[in-house]
Amino acid sequence: MEEKLSFEYAPAPESRAIVSIKPKYGHFIGGKFVLGTKHFPTINPATEEVLSQIALAGKADVDAAVKAARKAYTTTWSKMSGKERGKYLFRIARIMQERSREFAVLETLDNGKPIRESRDVDVPLAAAHFFYHAGWADKLEYAGLGTTPKSHGVAGQIIPWNFPLLMLAWKVAPALAAGNTVVLKPAETTSLTALLFAEVCQQAELPAGVVNIVTGDGSTGALIVNHPGIDKIAFTGSTEVGKLIARAVAPTNKSVTLELGGKAANIIFEDAAIDEAVEGIVNGIFFNQGHVCCAGSRLILQESVADEVLQKLKNRMAAIRVGDPMDKNTDLGAINSKEQLLKIRELSAAGDLEGAQRWSAPCDLPGKGFWFAPTIFTGVTQAHRIAREEIFGPVLSVLTFRTPQEAIDKANNTPFGLSAGIWSEKGSKVLWATQQLRAGVIWANTFNKFDPTSPFGGYKESGWGREGGRHGLSAYLKGVSHE
Amino acid sequence: MSNRIDVKKTYKLFINGAFPRTESGRTYEVKNAKGVFIAHPCLASRKDLKDAVVAARAAQAGWNKASAYNKGQILYRIAEILEGRRAQFVDEIVSVTGVTKAKADKELTDSVDRLVWYAGWTDKISSLSGALNPVAGPYYNFTIPESMGVIAAIAPEAPSLLGLIDAIAPIIVGGNTVIVLASTKAPLSAMSFAEVIATSDVPAGVINILTGKKDEIAPWMASHMDIDGFDISGLGAKKHAEVKTVATENLKRIYSFKSADPARILAFMENKTVWHPIGL
Repeated sequence: MEEKLSFEYAPAPESRAIVSIKPKYGHFIGGKFVLGTKHFPTINPATEEVLSQIALAGKADVDAAVKAARKAYTTTWSKMSGKERGKYLFRIARIMQERSREFAVLETLDNGKPIRESRDVDVPLAAAHFFYHAGWADKLEYAGLGTTPKSHGVAGQIIPWNFPLLMLAWKVAPALAAGNTVVLKPAETTSLTALLFAEVCQQAELPAGVVNIVTGDGSTGALIVNHPGIDKIAFTGSTEVGKLIARAVAPTNKSVTLELGGKAANIIFEDAAIDEAVEGIVNGIFFNQGHVCCAGSRLILQESVADEVLQKLKNRMAAIRVGDPMDKNTDLGAINSKEQLLKIRELSAAGDLEGAQRWSAPCDLPGKGFWFAPTIFTGVTQAHRIAREEIFGPVLSVLTFRTPQEAIDKANNTPFGLSAGIWSEKGSKVLWATQQLRAGVIWANTFNKFDPTSPFGGYKESGWGREGGRHGLSAYLKGVSHE
Repeated sequence: MSNRIDVKKTYKLFINGAFPRTESGRTYEVKNAKGVFIAHPCLASRKDLKDAVVAARAAQAGWNKASAYNKGQILYRIAEILEGRRAQFVDEIVSVTGVTKAKADKELTDSVDRLVWYAGWTDKISSLSGALNPVAGPYYNFTIPESMGVIAAIAPEAPSLLGLIDAIAPIIVGGNTVIVLASTKAPLSAMSFAEVIATSDVPAGVINILTGKKDEIAPWMASHMDIDGFDISGLGAKKHAEVKTVATENLKRIYSFKSADPARILAFMENKTVWHPIGL
């Protein structure tokens, strides 16, 4: 017996009046906004409206940014006491909090994610990262790397489009706290909040050149990676690009951290609290349209509860509100770009072709913009592309198991190792599974939780190093024994 | 005594707790400092490396599961057995490298002491590097270092025994299994050290020792898809760029070290962060 509950909601749109987007942007180099030469449009993926023209940084721009960062490093930032550096980071955290609504609206317009998530997750966490790392700046000798840890120098940082401002915070805050200066490149489709952050740096009176932001595409990223004036590279993005970067940097002395792809298993044992687990599955794969490297994209269900869980999951998915990201009631926003939408469609088609069964939640998708309904595939085997490749969209692959060991074997059967989920009410089983899973972040009876104090990062081909906590900080410091 | 003909030792590889010859049938000559022939150790092949990786992979889960106390006792046991065979090792080092007996004796002392030092780390390293993270929410959140898996290592040319121990011990302290390539010029104490390991309750496959050419084997280690990490401390700097490039195929973790340090243990451990809700 299935009872269908249907709620109608009146629109609850967030106002965009708080943001003023300029028709055209340049780069932020040496504390000033400088004009770009070539430009490309950035659009709102929910409407395809052109929001602004973004500058495409070439060699001269990257050179200028690196030069400004080097000058700031040698003349100012590396000479300043940790106590004073920390105060700048505290200021930045405070200004981000004060301008949080503006950041949230701008992020949602440029990225397509629901305002509820940019407002409640991205922006507050970004500010928290600055606040947390601010306190490290004068305590580096306690970071576990000996009594005189050293900064690297100039850090080149390349971030993705899925959490634009938050990824900026993950990169910039620890780099600055450790005494490095940075050249940061936001993703091609989501530059606006990084450019607003540049204004925050000015308001915080951060010394010129400590933070430099150049916008552009992969060609700009390659210029940063290969620039001889950069001492450290930090990248978040796909495993494919991460390997290219690792290869480019291998013959050099540059230090590298990589936060790459994932194909996280979310394991539901038969003794799980099923209703909570269903919420966890939904949060795991549909948070941020599934544009999450640690998304719980492989649901691994114990056979004895598979039918029950799938029925409840479908009911729950039917209640997901897909649509206008600026509506405060929206759960699932727009896919970030046409390119990403095509990739999601292509992999989903491979799921059909390879024999998995597709089910999508019934929902009306807007006519304009880039959209994909929340979707699950059942009957997925470990060999299917949708079980092996990162889809990076609201698509869940469902596999089943009989014994706990089988669940672990399936979960670990991937070159990735970023995250995993476990659902069981039995403590000893949770801890057993926690030990067995080869992943850097394990969410037990929860999913997709993040905190600046909590190290995040992957095993195997999910990357090198951690971000957050003392472990993340150490990526921006040189210790005693490592060469 | 003077009329007696010595019974000389055949130096073989150490893979999965056994002493096979290289499948390739290749050997090379080791001479002493005066140029006199001493032995024909194996020139390990790519297939020997593959066999060693298979053994190391099979042994890893069991070694990782052994308690820290147990691992510490086994490392200490290696030190005990090495101490008992001091004279043999001193003679071997003197004959191959030509150093004074006092210097060889010092290397033995340092080797035994280094093993004891590492033995004590097994049950302390996670307290040193683990953390309880004060997240802003009702969650219990902790980070612990865990074994990385199968690790390859290149031991330095000299000191050949102490360098080998610095290549092996930190890797296995972390719950990993290891395939180590010994000093090319002075491989004999490494292969005799394998005899120490074989009698020290170290499970088969946890430590595997190869002899051969570094420039040949290092790229094979770097490109092997079932090796998770690579300690290149003993590899000439000229070769670093090549092996680091090849190793990106599976994003192998590569490090090199100048000294013994807990960082050397942690380099080949992964940090795992666990979240669980708190509530009724």
